[in-house]
Amino acid sequence: MGLRSADEALEFPSLVRAAVLDGADAPAFPGVIPSDRDLADAAAQEGIFTTTVGKVVAWGRYSSLWPALFGLACCAIEMMGASNARFDLSRFGAEVFRASPRQADLMIVAGRVSQKMGPVLRQIYDQMPDPKWVISMGACASCGGIFNNYAIIQGVDKVVPVDVYIPGCPPRPEGLLDAVIKLQKKIAATPVSSLRE
Amino acid sequence: MAILPPTKGDGTPAIGVPVQEGIPRIHPGGQGEFLDKIEPGEELMEINMGPQHPSTHGVLRLVLSLDGERVRACRPDIGYLHTGFEKSFESHTYQQCIPLTDRMDYLAPPINNLGFALAAEKLLEAEIPPRGQYIRVIVAELSRIASHLIWLGTHALDLGATTAFMYCWRERDKILDIMEWISGVRMMTSFIRVGGLLADVPEEFVPMVRAFVADFPQRVDEYEGLLTSNPIFRQRTIGLGVLDSATAIAFGCSGATLRGSGVPYDVRRALPYSSYDQFDFDVPVGVRGDVYDRYLVRVREMREACRIVEQAVEGLPGGPVNTSDRKVMLPPRAEIDNSMESLIHHFKLSTEGFRPPPGRVYSAVESSRGELGFLMVSDGGNRPYRCKVRGPSFSNLSALSYMVQDELVADVVAVIGSIDIILGDVDR
Repeated sequence: MGLRSADEALEFPSLVRAAVLDGADAPAFPGVIPSDRDLADAAAQEGIFTTTVGKVVAWGRYSSLWPALFGLACCAIEMMGASNARFDLSRFGAEVFRASPRQADLMIVAGRVSQKMGPVLRQIYDQMPDPKWVISMGACASCGGIFNNYAIIQGVDKVVPVDVYIPGCPPRPEGLLDAVIKLQKKIAATPVSSLRE
Repeated sequence: MAILPPTKGDGTPAIGVPVQEGIPRIHPGGQGEFLDKIEPGEELMEINMGPQHPSTHGVLRLVLSLDGERVRACRPDIGYLHTGFEKSFESHTYQQCIPLTDRMDYLAPPINNLGFALAAEKLLEAEIPPRGQYIRVIVAELSRIASHLIWLGTHALDLGATTAFMYCWRERDKILDIMEWISGVRMMTSFIRVGGLLADVPEEFVPMVRAFVADFPQRVDEYEGLLTSNPIFRQRTIGLGVLDSATAIAFGCSGATLRGSGVPYDVRRALPYSSYDQFDFDVPVGVRGDVYDRYLVRVREMREACRIVEQAVEGLPGGPVNTSDRKVMLPPRAEIDNSMESLIHHFKLSTEGFRPPPGRVYSAVESSRGELGFLMVSDGGNRPYRCKVRGPSFSNLSALSYMVQDELVADVVAVIGSIDIILGDVDR
């Protein structure tokens, strides 16, 4: 029982789906991901299983994203919709919304960020433990949206670094699911050492 | 190393600051001398609730002065979602303002559209055909149900009941599917325009609404089965956050917050608009004015909204949906090919919009939160000279300090949930 090539090892259904949707020929992951069946086989055969620490760590990270429960405006309603039964964010392991930023590693900026909210948002981001990621949900968070005026920060990337942007006003819950899947691929492709800050 | 208590800028301790006499407080409004009940020299702890708090329904910040578990004073700090709507209105043509109004009270966007459109139509003195008015009513009442469903789900969630949240979202998605079918967008439909609608509804609209209306009362029974006689829910809500009718009026409350206190004021009944006077519906009121009564009023309102939708869809007249005034609404596409005048109208409306005569109007609608008013001033240009919005959540929120006075800090979330604020409506 040893390494399997990535393109046949993928049994993580959401990521397979994402790869298919993107029409990508390349595997979604550059590395090797142990599937449940591999693990079971390995356990059966004296528990031997080989991989690298970085890949296991990335697998743990992307499989269980904990978003901060933090809604700003309209997009937060669709974010709540995404966590509900019809769209079911928990299929992708990202449904555990934490009210405390100290227990979260994903910030979904859902809505317009006012000048007054900007420092608060930054503080919440700073309170989140590393490694952490940010999804900018919707047009307002990404670029100010239709509010090009004195009150709204023209894009939350002026305040915090953003990993994935979602277009839409507001995006459909499927848009958020897609962003989570894209973020998972990004996390899987990130070497563990580069996440240290 | 000694751990020192936090201090303010002048060196005085920030925790347990004695309250001094003579410090001006926020205007209590009405009969409330509640803030002056704090004894001089009383040791209070000030804590912040929000702006990032799951139960403040957005980005509301409350500064609570606590005596142990009791709230002695509560000062809402708003503005974390200030978006500058009223200023933005002044730089958009009237029709361009409609998408902005969607995002004010983002739980019931069509009602915002309707409020703005009615005010602009009052300036223009435009008449909407009956079919347009009926479809407006259907869309507005459906979005009222959707808004109340979110309120019910999150209010129950705040009090620890997670099942109702899932149930409510199930029905809300059905309404959003109808919205998507008629406008292409789930939430921010911009379906109601000045002078009529985005378009006439597709033929699948009526069967979809009928199916929803037939199913919905049983679904409300389900929610009520979870909550209305639930002993935990009743203990958390009955007798909490009592607001008597005189105080509610003094604070300028409206909507279910006012009706829960026994005042039967509903804009749909008091100042009927968009042919609401042709429908048979009840205005439910509470008797105690507590959190539980406001819950009962809103749940009953969902049933009444469902009744209105049913009547409107059964009596849906035929004919056009938009005003025939070609200076306001785009001409039909077929006319443009044949009529030079229509082509000019199309060009003028698309490039610079219409120009209402100078004047000032106030027009109110009953949003899912209360009286949503638009004071619109026109100087004869193609953009509103000024548009002041009277948001119901803002006035309802002002009564919060009164309602949580001397209640437990854990009950503050129940009271916030019961007044059903939306910060987009408070801050704008």
